[in-house]
Amino acid sequence: MFQKILIANRGEIACRVIDTARRLGVRTVAVYSDADRGSRHVALADEAVHIGGPAPRDSYLRGDAIIRAALDTGVQAIHPGYGFLSENPDFVDAVTAAGLIFIGPSAQAIRQMGLKDAAKVLMQQAGVPVVPGCHGANQDPDHLAYQADQIGYPVLIKAVAGGGGKGMRLVEDPADFATALQSAQGEAATAFGNPSVLIEKYIQQPRHIEVQVFGDGRRAVHLFERDCSLQRRHQKVIEEAPAPGMTDDMRATMGAAAVRAAEAINYAGAGTIEFIVDGRDGLRPDGFWFMEMNTRLQVEHPVTELITGVDLVEWQLRVASGEPLPASQAQLSIKGHAFEARLYAEDVPAGFLPATGTLAHLHFPAQARIESGVRPGDQISPWYDPMIAKVVTHGATRAIALRALEAALCDTEVAGSVTNLDFLIALTRHEGFGKGEVDTGLIARDLTALVKAAEPDPGTRALAVLGLAGLDDPMIRGGITLWQPLRRTIAWDGGEAVLEVLGPGAARVTLDGTTHEIGYEGGRWWVDGRPRRARIVSHAAGTSVFGGRSLTLTPLDPLARGGAETGGGLTLSPMPGLVKAVFVTAGQQVAAGDRLAILEAMKMEHSLTAGRDGHVAEVLVQAGDQVEAGAPLVRLEEESD
Amino acid sequence: MKLSSNALPSSDTFRANREAHLTALSTIREAALSAAAGGGAKALERHVSRGKMPPRERVANLLDPGSAFLEIGATAAHGMYDDAAPCAGVIAGIGRVHGQDVMVVANDATVKGGTYYPMTVKKHLRAQEIAQECHLPCVYLVDSGGANLPNQDEVFPDRDHFGRIFYNQAQMSAMGIPQIAVVMGSCTAGGAYVPAMSDVTIIVKNQGTIFLAGPPLVRAATGEVVSAEDLGGGDVHTRLSGVADYLAEDDAHALAIARRAIGNLNHTRPQTVQWQSPEAPAYDPDDILGVVPADLRTPYDIREVIARVVDGSRFDEFKARFGETLVTGFAHLEGCPIGIVANNGVIFSEAAQKGAHFIELCSMRNIPLVFLQNVTGFMVGRKYENEGIARHGAKMVTAVATTNVPKITMLVGGSFGAGNYGMSGRAYSPRFLWTWPNSRISVMGGEQAAGVLATVRRDGIERAGGTWSPEDEAEFKRPTIEMFERQSHPLYASARLWDDGVIDPRKTRDVLSLSLRTSLNAPIQPTRFGIFRM
Repeated sequence: MFQKILIANRGEIACRVIDTARRLGVRTVAVYSDADRGSRHVALADEAVHIGGPAPRDSYLRGDAIIRAALDTGVQAIHPGYGFLSENPDFVDAVTAAGLIFIGPSAQAIRQMGLKDAAKVLMQQAGVPVVPGCHGANQDPDHLAYQADQIGYPVLIKAVAGGGGKGMRLVEDPADFATALQSAQGEAATAFGNPSVLIEKYIQQPRHIEVQVFGDGRRAVHLFERDCSLQRRHQKVIEEAPAPGMTDDMRATMGAAAVRAAEAINYAGAGTIEFIVDGRDGLRPDGFWFMEMNTRLQVEHPVTELITGVDLVEWQLRVASGEPLPASQAQLSIKGHAFEARLYAEDVPAGFLPATGTLAHLHFPAQARIESGVRPGDQISPWYDPMIAKVVTHGATRAIALRALEAALCDTEVAGSVTNLDFLIALTRHEGFGKGEVDTGLIARDLTALVKAAEPDPGTRALAVLGLAGLDDPMIRGGITLWQPLRRTIAWDGGEAVLEVLGPGAARVTLDGTTHEIGYEGGRWWVDGRPRRARIVSHAAGTSVFGGRSLTLTPLDPLARGGAETGGGLTLSPMPGLVKAVFVTAGQQVAAGDRLAILEAMKMEHSLTAGRDGHVAEVLVQAGDQVEAGAPLVRLEEESD
Repeated sequence: MKLSSNALPSSDTFRANREAHLTALSTIREAALSAAAGGGAKALERHVSRGKMPPRERVANLLDPGSAFLEIGATAAHGMYDDAAPCAGVIAGIGRVHGQDVMVVANDATVKGGTYYPMTVKKHLRAQEIAQECHLPCVYLVDSGGANLPNQDEVFPDRDHFGRIFYNQAQMSAMGIPQIAVVMGSCTAGGAYVPAMSDVTIIVKNQGTIFLAGPPLVRAATGEVVSAEDLGGGDVHTRLSGVADYLAEDDAHALAIARRAIGNLNHTRPQTVQWQSPEAPAYDPDDILGVVPADLRTPYDIREVIARVVDGSRFDEFKARFGETLVTGFAHLEGCPIGIVANNGVIFSEAAQKGAHFIELCSMRNIPLVFLQNVTGFMVGRKYENEGIARHGAKMVTAVATTNVPKITMLVGGSFGAGNYGMSGRAYSPRFLWTWPNSRISVMGGEQAAGVLATVRRDGIERAGGTWSPEDEAEFKRPTIEMFERQSHPLYASARLWDDGVIDPRKTRDVLSLSLRTSLNAPIQPTRFGIFRM
């Protein structure tokens, strides 16, 4: 076993690798960018090396800097995590050339699987079924259109070098093919520097089932399948293992195919064979096709770990350090069922846009396995994947594991950024998903209902108002009046409500014309006579309500109304002095706070700034003028509203 | 020791009591709610249409969310001035701002433009008196046209009239009790001195005005034509005159600035008493309505009330076997140690001596006193006069008058004659005096008063050799009885601010607790008693 390894990654996966390494007595070296100086993975590692700027290309994609860090710290091996350099064969070559061990497959294996069309040919040769499609080098649009006709619509255009849904287009009508092709190629060129695409048959009710394989360079075993059908725009949302409806027969067939695929390229380490499965008439041993192989540890590997009891990172380290496969196929079995939900900082109503923010509050339930690279107070920066955590649960049956996931998500608390938490909870409550009727189109079909189910309801908002008022401790005695409660306005960024406190743990909140009765009894909140699984938490970013439908309200500073001058258009000289410089000219657009001029007085330079946004109507002085106190310097145009 | 109650909530008496109290209570509630509505819906609509916040919302938005509001004189001026001045046109009470107790005095401009009726002045002065005694920062939410001119003779000239407001401001300012004014409307003539005499003044832009004479008077006096805003608006006073310190965009902004000003006071609470963890009474305060007889003439054990007021219903009764018509003892109320003096009948010499003794104890130990007053007076008759009941009564009155521990008085029944004095009536300056809807206050009972007058009359008639039929006597007594009945009613009393308000008896504990906490903002001064007639 290694004494010391470097982890060429960040976030939750870096933390995940450190955890296992620490358990095995292996010392760890983290690398970090400027943006990650205070990140959790840096704090956890035994040593940490700075490798560059916040943009990935300036740090986590800089193989040279990472190898230098490895050599400087005297590690024996580099674990790449997933993403970044994990599937970059040139990096693997460089690592090897530097005399270090790459914890993963050979550069050759990566290359063989990296180009999807070549990989498919290879797989066909190894006897693994592949989707009908065109994987040729001929990128002529007419040729590709002809191939699409041959395969039969609908077809999928995919970037050869791609992944993660980039450079991918679904074409249902031949008339749309040319446009779709052009935009896919453009996107592929931008994202991967390679515009080449492949065309393949689009399976109408497809399921994404992948098989975890593990090789030692000669032999390989499989660790059963994962179902990643719950996707939104090809981004996995919730993964599970085993796949619902999987038969022993099909599992054996798929597993054998996956092992053949891995052994065909002498695969070493953890890898995943992705299959597309036709889910229209249940799972059949002849209804799966090879899609691609991911030559790394997957994001969703924990579900496999929970059902097999195998620590895949431990296996990676053991095999990379020269041990044979730690278990034979016969020694591997499935126990129970596991789910993983990916908790992201993203704005669901705005179309799942990535979000950023400082995690003013972060709490995870103890009863789930949590993989996270952030702590309370950490930032979700715009530089990297906005994942906050993976919430992973295990249970004896699928139903138990799913309820455990729902409960764990309901007990998860994040504030400081919008998240997809309530969307995930809504998914765990989706009837079809509950029955195991999954396919990759599920989320898109029911998106509106799912998003709506995740919206905070008026009761949640009413509780948040109580929290914003600082009355979330139900033990606080308050609100005693002689004859009628006080009606106090509580305002936040985006709205206001009227609060009437009736006594300890009892209040009325009027929101949008509706009055809600709030009570606290028997250790829980009640809204309009109904109990709630809600927790009110106040933190630096405001007040949040958690427990299924969450909401954060940010208080408004009632004093932040601008000074008396902000309404007026005149900037006056605060004292007698010399105009040192003027920065604006008539007609120029300025924003509140912009510097208009500098006044020198009493040996000090005073910056005069715009009190509000607006256009400069007139500059009344010029540099070198001596002015009196109260002299007008710059006039902004009248506000037009 | 924990008190035990003999109440039978399922009994007819209990239910009948409760019904009677609820009826009396609903009369008071109606009066209070109508007072709280100020000048009515139309006036309020006009007020709000000018961009102003309703007066009670101003108070609410000044205070911390969830703050209690101990309102003073909630039914002041009830039935007076042909009901032209609901709530006396001014809202007053104690609430919290940034955790600090403050006295809020808010003019209600929907009531005759917020002008000062005699009761308005009295209420404003009473609020200031409480603030001064309890060291409460004062926040004046000013929106008033000044003195009510038709009533100028009862508003302007006397000691406790309009001028006293500013005198008090200066006195309190000198004592280090912050005076903060928020000018949210007119502040004319004498009223201009409220902001001018304040330590800190906030004025609302295009809404608040301060001037000694408004535009019409200026024009009459000097011929100068000037708009109210140019004469004394927010811009003028914050930029040119310096009469005000902060210019606010609107009411909400002004209140936020006032909150910040209070937050920056660096006001501290003195160390006064040893607080304990609060504990609810073992008996439900709600049942007060059932355990207290509806008829004042029916005696009852005051311990039934104490059990529903104090922490854990625990009462360390002092001298229980001596002077039994006065119940004295120690307890805690919301964690605050208190000494209770309560009536269980007419006061005899022993009871008066015991009362004086107990008040001495509390004064020596800095324990606030709570008086539960239900008293028909000191015992009369030859035996009692001869044994010196006046002397013993005087001891108790001296003790009550000169103790410096905070006194809170609750009228839970009758308040008649000298009993009112011995039990810390209004003249004895309790920090607060509250009454129940069933209470009655007068120099003596109406029947007794009419009887005294009738006896004098009968003597006169009989001296002249005439006779007086029982019918004629009854007819003679009727107006006196009726007058006493009307004038002893708690609403009549509270309208005239003989007390700080009528309360729901079920809130006795809450109101006492707030009163105590408010009082303990001021340090307890050492007591020096007067001469006890031995």
